[in-house]
Amino acid sequence: MNDTHAASTASASSNEQSLSIWFFVGVTLGGNGLLIVLAGLYSLVSPPENKVVLYNLHADLWWGAVLLVLGIIYVWRFGPWRTQT
Amino acid sequence: MMLALAVPAASRLVHLSLVDGMIIIFYFALVLWIGFYLKGRSNTSEDYFMAGREMTAWVAGLAFLSANLGSLELMGWAGNAYKYGILAAHWYWIGAIPAMLFLALVMMPFYHICKTHSVPGYLKLRFGLGSQTLSSISFAFMTVLMSGINMYAMAVVMRVVLGWDLNFSILVSSITVGVYVALGGLRSAIFNEVLQFFLIWAGALLIPILGLVEAGGWSGMKMRIVENLTAQGTANPGAYTHLWSTVGDFSNPMGINWIGIVFGLGAVISMGYWTTDFLVVQRVLSAKDLRSAELAPIIGAAFKMAVPFIVILPGLLALALLTDPAGHLLHLVPGDVAWSAAGQAQGLHGYDEVLPLMLARYCGPGLLGLGITALIAGFMSGMAGNVSAFATVWTYDIYGALINKNATDESKVTMGRWCTIVGIIVSIGTAYLVIQAQSIMDYVQALFSFFIAPLFGTVILGMLWKRATPAGGFWGLLAGTLSSVGMYAWAKIDPSAVQYLALSLKAQDQAQNMFRALWCFLVCVIVTVVVSFMTKPKPDEELRDLVYGLTPIPSTGKVSLIQRPTFWAVVVGLVFVALQIIFW
Repeated sequence: MNDTHAASTASASSNEQSLSIWFFVGVTLGGNGLLIVLAGLYSLVSPPENKVVLYNLHADLWWGAVLLVLGIIYVWRFGPWRTQT
Repeated sequence: MMLALAVPAASRLVHLSLVDGMIIIFYFALVLWIGFYLKGRSNTSEDYFMAGREMTAWVAGLAFLSANLGSLELMGWAGNAYKYGILAAHWYWIGAIPAMLFLALVMMPFYHICKTHSVPGYLKLRFGLGSQTLSSISFAFMTVLMSGINMYAMAVVMRVVLGWDLNFSILVSSITVGVYVALGGLRSAIFNEVLQFFLIWAGALLIPILGLVEAGGWSGMKMRIVENLTAQGTANPGAYTHLWSTVGDFSNPMGINWIGIVFGLGAVISMGYWTTDFLVVQRVLSAKDLRSAELAPIIGAAFKMAVPFIVILPGLLALALLTDPAGHLLHLVPGDVAWSAAGQAQGLHGYDEVLPLMLARYCGPGLLGLGITALIAGFMSGMAGNVSAFATVWTYDIYGALINKNATDESKVTMGRWCTIVGIIVSIGTAYLVIQAQSIMDYVQALFSFFIAPLFGTVILGMLWKRATPAGGFWGLLAGTLSSVGMYAWAKIDPSAVQYLALSLKAQDQAQNMFRALWCFLVCVIVTVVVSFMTKPKPDEELRDLVYGLTPIPSTGKVSLIQRPTFWAVVVGLVFVALQIIFW
């Protein structure tokens, strides 16, 4: 099924000059990942008074980083510079 | 609804920080951007209603799944998992996977080859105008109700979690959905569904991961559930974590036996929903070719099997871990009790609040905003899905078939855009009428069984049995629908009727819905068969490309094994069986 996924690079939105749906997915994952990492760094520097359960695991930092990396990969792979080629 | 409106805004679960607000605003900006961006690509009716029939298997498959994965779904089934235990997972596994694979391999070729725009459109080709009109009107009615339920669910989330005013939530979300669907049509709805799929996983996946860490893994969670439920005096607490071993009789938390699950849910409700509900089928009809159309439901099924991880598991984890701020175990109650003024005064929480409660337990600033955004996205795409399907059925099957048979392509697009606006206004009205059943999903299941179960009987007979006649199709569909409404009314008027309709007085709402679906499906099939044998069948040449045996299925060509839909259907089927055994 990976072939199908890869094949959708340009054809998820088939018209030339059009942005792929995967580009928008990358924008949303990357944008949210960045904001969450920044929030995680802030809470590291200035810990909140009411901490969530398992605060010590700093889920915001590593989960935000995972989303950010995925977002960058999708934007780089499916951005307008790729779909127009 | 009045009860919900009466709840003071101060009863919120969480307070959003600046970064949470930024994440929510970022999402709204992105979906509006997509709507405006796609406006220029929705000029013809084929573009607007069918997304140009150019979607790949992945896009169609994820949209097919996401159209069903709304906030209503997430919150309702997490609540049901808390209420009924792991039995709720049946709705994701036996209640979805066999039907999705059946759609892919058996039914999709007929839908794709006849190039119908909608499920009622197929009925017109197969059975004539009567069946089309009956199904399109019942679908239009159901879909605006569903949209209203989604809207209601969204407003409750925002009120309970954030303390937002109910009317404010409805206004902002409905305007946003109205703008992006009216501009971009089905393509815009599909783009947002795929976006929502990723947001939901990104926003909800941490809950089960952190929950299992806190509980000490699966075995630790099971142990705590038994301890907590035993302390509360719950009978048979071990049944909350077993899928099949407790359904030999009616003593499980749901009050249902295996016959209801296998035949009512697996063979009728889920088959009806996943193969004939136009809301989900429309996504697959947008696929670019037959192989993509067959692969799309299989891709959807693969991910559907994983959804219990972010929906059912949080409900179970809540049974094991959820505590109030003082550290006492939290006991959730039915929504109508929790949301009454008295319930709010005591600080009670409803079953359907379990997911936001778990979210607030583990997620700080940023992650909380993402989780809330995922719920908003789920709600909005659920609403967009209903509205876009409503616009299609209205334009093609009611306006185009009954009101203006010579409608031009341009007037259809204009009608579609107006329908979107009207659909949203009607849904807003509906949202204020929906608060009757014990929990939200129970009500939705009741709606499904009114229309969907008999529709499945009609469609499947139409596809597989060429002797079925137009009169048989119409009267079967009508009899099935009326019998479903009649059984529902009978049980409402006389609750003891449950012992006949659902075979047990212990049957809960979900069990009643499943048995009602089974009976009305049988009524539909029997009436269709009897009337068909009494009336004249259509000649074979009129049934070409519509019925099994008269529809040549085009070859998929020379493709490797891993590109074949059948191969992936077998893989998904094997994983499905393995899951049943693991959680037996």
